[in-house]
Amino acid sequence: MAYVAVKGGERAIDAAHAWRAEARRGDPAVPALAVAQIENQLGRAVERVMAEGSLHDRELAALAIRQAEGDLIEAAFLLRAYRTTLPRFGASVPLDTGAMAIRRRISAIFKDVPGGQVLGPTTDYTHRLLDFALLAERAPDSAPLAEAAEGTMPRVADLLAAEGLIRPDQPGSGEPSDLTRAPPAYPAPRDARLQGLARGDEGFLLGLGYSTQRGYGGSHPFAGEIRMGAVSVVIVPDELGFPIDIGEIVLTECQMVNQFAGSKTEPARFTTGYGLAFGQADRRAMAMALLDRSLQAGELGEDVTAPAQNAEFVLSHADNIEATGFVEHLKLPHYVDFQSEVEAVRRLRATAAAAAEPVA
Amino acid sequence: MNGYNFAYLDEQTKRMIRRAILKAVAIPGHQVPFGSREMPLPYGWGTGGIQVTASILGANDVLKVIDQGADDTTNAVSIRRFFAATAGVRTTTRTAEASVIQTRHRIPETKLTERQILVYQVPQPEPLYRLEPSRTESRRMHGLAEYGAMHVKLYEDISRLGQVAISYDYPVMVNGRYLTSPSPIPAFDNPKLHLMPALQLFGAGREKRIYAIPPYTDVRSLDFEDHPFRPHRARAVCAICGADQSYLDEVLTDDRGGRMFVCSDTDYCAGRAGAGA
Amino acid sequence: MSAPALLAARGLSLRYGAIAALDGVAIDLWPGEVLAVVGESGSGKTSLLNVLSGRLRPDAGVVWYRDPTGALHDVHAMAAPALRLLHRSDWGFVHQDPRANLRMGVSAGGNIGERLMAAGARHYGAIRAEAGAWLERVEIDPARIDDLPRVFSGGMLQRLQVARTLVTHPRLVFMDEPTGGLDVSVQARLLDLIRRLVARYAIAVVLVTHDLAVARLLAQRIVVMRGGAVVETGLTDQVLEDPQHPYTQLLVSSVLQA
Repeated sequence: MAYVAVKGGERAIDAAHAWRAEARRGDPAVPALAVAQIENQLGRAVERVMAEGSLHDRELAALAIRQAEGDLIEAAFLLRAYRTTLPRFGASVPLDTGAMAIRRRISAIFKDVPGGQVLGPTTDYTHRLLDFALLAERAPDSAPLAEAAEGTMPRVADLLAAEGLIRPDQPGSGEPSDLTRAPPAYPAPRDARLQGLARGDEGFLLGLGYSTQRGYGGSHPFAGEIRMGAVSVVIVPDELGFPIDIGEIVLTECQMVNQFAGSKTEPARFTTGYGLAFGQADRRAMAMALLDRSLQAGELGEDVTAPAQNAEFVLSHADNIEATGFVEHLKLPHYVDFQSEVEAVRRLRATAAAAAEPVA
Repeated sequence: MNGYNFAYLDEQTKRMIRRAILKAVAIPGHQVPFGSREMPLPYGWGTGGIQVTASILGANDVLKVIDQGADDTTNAVSIRRFFAATAGVRTTTRTAEASVIQTRHRIPETKLTERQILVYQVPQPEPLYRLEPSRTESRRMHGLAEYGAMHVKLYEDISRLGQVAISYDYPVMVNGRYLTSPSPIPAFDNPKLHLMPALQLFGAGREKRIYAIPPYTDVRSLDFEDHPFRPHRARAVCAICGADQSYLDEVLTDDRGGRMFVCSDTDYCAGRAGAGA
Repeated sequence: MSAPALLAARGLSLRYGAIAALDGVAIDLWPGEVLAVVGESGSGKTSLLNVLSGRLRPDAGVVWYRDPTGALHDVHAMAAPALRLLHRSDWGFVHQDPRANLRMGVSAGGNIGERLMAAGARHYGAIRAEAGAWLERVEIDPARIDDLPRVFSGGMLQRLQVARTLVTHPRLVFMDEPTGGLDVSVQARLLDLIRRLVARYAIAVVLVTHDLAVARLLAQRIVVMRGGAVVETGLTDQVLEDPQHPYTQLLVSSVLQA
């Protein structure tokens, strides 16, 4: 008989894992990639994995990227699965991005702003030509140094707010939500939405943010400000009762300023959308800010018609760890259900054939 | 396994999940939201069932894991190994020996007892999702017990096809109150849900829901009086053990239309074959 | 009238900012009576319909409903499940756009059967027979029981909506411009059908319309609204033949001139 009972699942799994490990290393004649190299030279990938993995640890993110062979969603999954086992010591006090040590700061809505426009280390104005010099190992010319800017760099949105032109942020309801501890509930408060977006898949945020620019829930955005730099993280331990600076992290913050003509419940003024991401991540922070604004539609009395305005839709589908799991689970065996479908289709076809029999 | 708590989850998380389970048992068929954790296995691979199992497992439990009714399918192997490594519990492939059975897509053929718990892996706990994708709205429908739309779906099937065209994940009414997904078990298994002596727990990790059918609960498959629910199986006998009442897998044996049928429940089949049935 | 009212409203007020949609409205509706609410658009008649049916909460005032046992209920104090149950059993709602009420991907029979199934009917053959009978009553060929509404004409859709609404024999039906958007010849047939069904099953109706001809054909009594207030009420013939309020006189004369 040709059929052999499918046994040996354990051995097959072990062999598959061993093969994968060998394939990961690639040609042994090529030097192995060090985690430190990834951490230092693939910074954008590290930052994306930290954001979607919801854990700020450059070394672990780099390790995950290496282990996942550069599959960034898989790397974020590795980081998440590790993060969930970690004890929680507490929450930081709100970050003061106004006190950021600025590396980059631009505003699209004013020619100049107090503190000035600072391009920082951007690729925005490069010509996208493959740089064949990178095929060879060659140190780049050192970048010119400038004096650090004098004085503070106030946030552009705060300048507009001082004039009353911006709808102030509504106060939250005490303790911030945490989607990793409690299931989401709808309507989702803004803090839960922002957390979901901050962890969301960059491609999904980008596509949906883009859809708002094409008329699916338009919000007339202007890039009020994008700033990137190091910000202190401060905690107040219960045992001590006073604030301690535990270190700095590099962040990109985006504030979109949106036209708003007013609605049944709100006077006309500008509204804002907020984006925040680890590292240098203009695209991610801007897409997040577009979505944060479009998801305020309900609160602002706007009609909720587009996908990007529907918090249940956006938040239920933004998480790429959930999405990849459920899409890929289709490759698990489903033969029992398929068998029941096959039987059902045979029954239906038999019924239809019997009905089509000519009456004698 | 070093560095991890018994059965992987920390005790705080287990307590949270047990509270959700208790609530679920108290309201049979009602989906209880819970703070589903990220597991080291992908969503869709049984993260909900694993969290439920991890929360109820004790050191003296004996665990059986099946997928498609079989103990040796790759995902069943993977999950059994996970608990063997993190909890060190005894595992078995014998249905009768197990105190906890985690399953994907089947209910064992062997009758379960009051001393056993059946844990289902659930991809989509919401039975109304094909009719109403918004969970905000479907929760309201459950709250008001507005299930007319589901009966309309059955009505439409019968008027178009002469029969209900749902062959698995066939919706049930639990305790006369909540419309419930039995998880993607074949409709053949639905009658086993009714008045089962074992506690049935359902975990959906990605969708963050737990629900339960307590022992000896009334579970009815949706139907009409003049089109009663009928479980279906392939009209064949098992080529290995000769069973003519069990659910069968169809196995293609060559590329010329050759096929055979064997029990989907490997333990049931091996038991019968060993007993010389 | 000696019988107790089926629906009674007192002191209904509702404002949208500076605009008064309802301003101290009082209404009584007796069993089996068709009451037309007429007025220009913006007069508050649709707001009144939504407030009476519990779909919109007024700023002030109360709506009483008498259930089949004779017990009175404050509609806006009812729990959501009880109100939803009422809407799918003893009440009905006929929308101007039938697509707002019908399931366009479900057959005509399924659309009519849904309210029966929601009310607990579990015999397929009986549900189907009842759906067929109602198709006949609304003058749709019962052979089309398995057709999808999307292949139906506008007038058929509206008749299907009427069948879906009346299948549970409600005692009270709210109708919002039921003939709006239909051709005049189609309108006449639908009005005739509604009139016969309402009389046959003794259904009380609150009918909102801007069309005095519709009110004249269907309603025993009429309520004229303007700026959220009732300016005149009385027997339909009386009000239309001998309008007392200058606004009613204007409405009636503009129809006559048209």
